[in-house]
Parts: sequence; structure tokens; C-alpha cells
Amino acid sequence: MPTTIIDGHEIQVDAEGFMTELEEWSEPLAKSLAHQIGLELTDEHWKAIRFLRSDYREQGETATLRRISVVGGIPTKELFALFPQKPAKKLAYVAGLPKPHGCV
Amino acid sequence: MTTTPAPETVESPLVPSFGDVDSGRKLAIICSKGNLDMAYPGLILANAALGEGIETHLFFTFWGFDMINKKTMGDLKFTMLGNTATHLPQGLGGLPGMTAMATHQLRRTIADLGVPDVPEFLQQIVDSGGHLWACRMSADMQHLELDDLYDEVEAIISASDFIEKTAGAQLLFI
Repeated sequence: MPTTIIDGHEIQVDAEGFMTELEEWSEPLAKSLAHQIGLELTDEHWKAIRFLRSDYREQGETATLRRISVVGGIPTKELFALFPQKPAKKLAYVAGLPKPHGCV
Repeated sequence: MTTTPAPETVESPLVPSFGDVDSGRKLAIICSKGNLDMAYPGLILANAALGEGIETHLFFTFWGFDMINKKTMGDLKFTMLGNTATHLPQGLGGLPGMTAMATHQLRRTIADLGVPDVPEFLQQIVDSGGHLWACRMSADMQHLELDDLYDEVEAIISASDFIEKTAGAQLLFI
């Protein structure tokens, strides 16, 4: 697995750049990751990120948008507003998790 | 849209590419079936496309109208009849109650995967920025008005209007 340096944080990533080590993630790092893809994190972003992290710990896989809205209580429209264009992948990236595998 | 190198980095950071903000890619899906099992492919693909930032339009026509008709959309059915992919004797499918049972089982299987039923799925698609259109000829054939259709259907339009709206789109006919 390659490593890369984002804002001084050395992290292990897959071929695309998604983090592969859950424990290397931190909240300051999330801000740097978000910055890389043009996002400034607000409280609403953090709510989604924290849900995704805790759900991953329980489920062992990254939640889909459907799950984030139904279980995490963050409406689909809001997710598209917070993480435009590709909310599931962008959110997974900032949360330091693999891309979701589920279809829905 | 991604890589602005951060000042401290010694090498260019590896960051996923999330594509251009506006790639111009469009998808048009024509939903022409009213069976429960044939409703899902269009919905799932529309949802996936929207999640990838692709402008997506669904056109409901002929039996596909059952997916947006308020009276039928929550009650689509699945039948074994004429569907050899169930790998069960065709005669079974004709027995009383078999369609109800097959429908019940399929609904349960879909729900167990966390996939919503048809009306909720349409809402999710609209919330994700998708567009729903109803076919003019189908509406006329079934004597239905916009009020009879799911509230998020934007308009009843002709086939030519749909073709015009989806200029340059990739197209799926289901």
C-alpha cells in the first residue's frame, strides 16, 4: 500500500488515495482531507463524519447514503448539499474509510 | 477539482479524483414495466448515477406508469408466471395465492437489504436531484392526470419532449 503526506500527516492509502488504516485518522487530519477536495467542514459535515465513523466500527463497512439518511438521520438532500456531486465517496474519504460497497 | 498541494508536503499528495464538478454526463432511464422485480433495476441505477453526480431523468411509460400511479405504486407485484429464472415449475406460478406469496417474499428480501419500497425509493431519487417524468400517451390511455400521479412527478410530457430534455444523455430502456 502506498503512503502519502497530507498537511504533514503521513498516512497509508489505497491506489486511489482512500485511507486504509482506521487508526491513522484524526479530526485535524479530516480537515486537511476535506481541504484537499475543496470542502470546509461545518458542524453539519462533522455530524455526518462522526456517524460514518461510529457506524463503521459497529458494522465493519462504510454506510451508504441510504443508511446515513435512515439510520444516521441526515436527509439525503442535505448530504448532497454538504458533499456535492459524489456525497458517499467524498464523505468516506474525509472520514478516512473505504468507499461504500452497497448499491443502495 | 482536487489537488491543491498543501504547503508542508514534500511530495504531491495522493488524493482520489472525484471528477469534474460538471462533467455534463446525463442518464435517461425509460421505465416501461409495472412488475415489482422490473421496477427496481431503473430505480437502483438512477440512484447510483445520482450518487456519482450524473444528471438523471426517469420517464415512466406504459406499464411503468404503475410505478408512479398513486393507486398502484405501493402495491406492485411479482409473479413466477412466464419467469423461468425462478427455476420452479411454471405450473406452480398459476396456483391461487402464488403471486401474493412470491411478491411477499421478494418484498421481504429487498427490505432485508435496506433497500426502500418503490414510493420511498422515488423520493430518495428526487432528494438526490433526479427528475421524474410521466408519458403523455400513457396518461391519456389510462385517463390519468398529474394529480393521480406521485407528487414528485414534474410533468406529463410527450415522448418528443423527453427526447429533447435528454439530449446527449446515455439511455436505458427497462
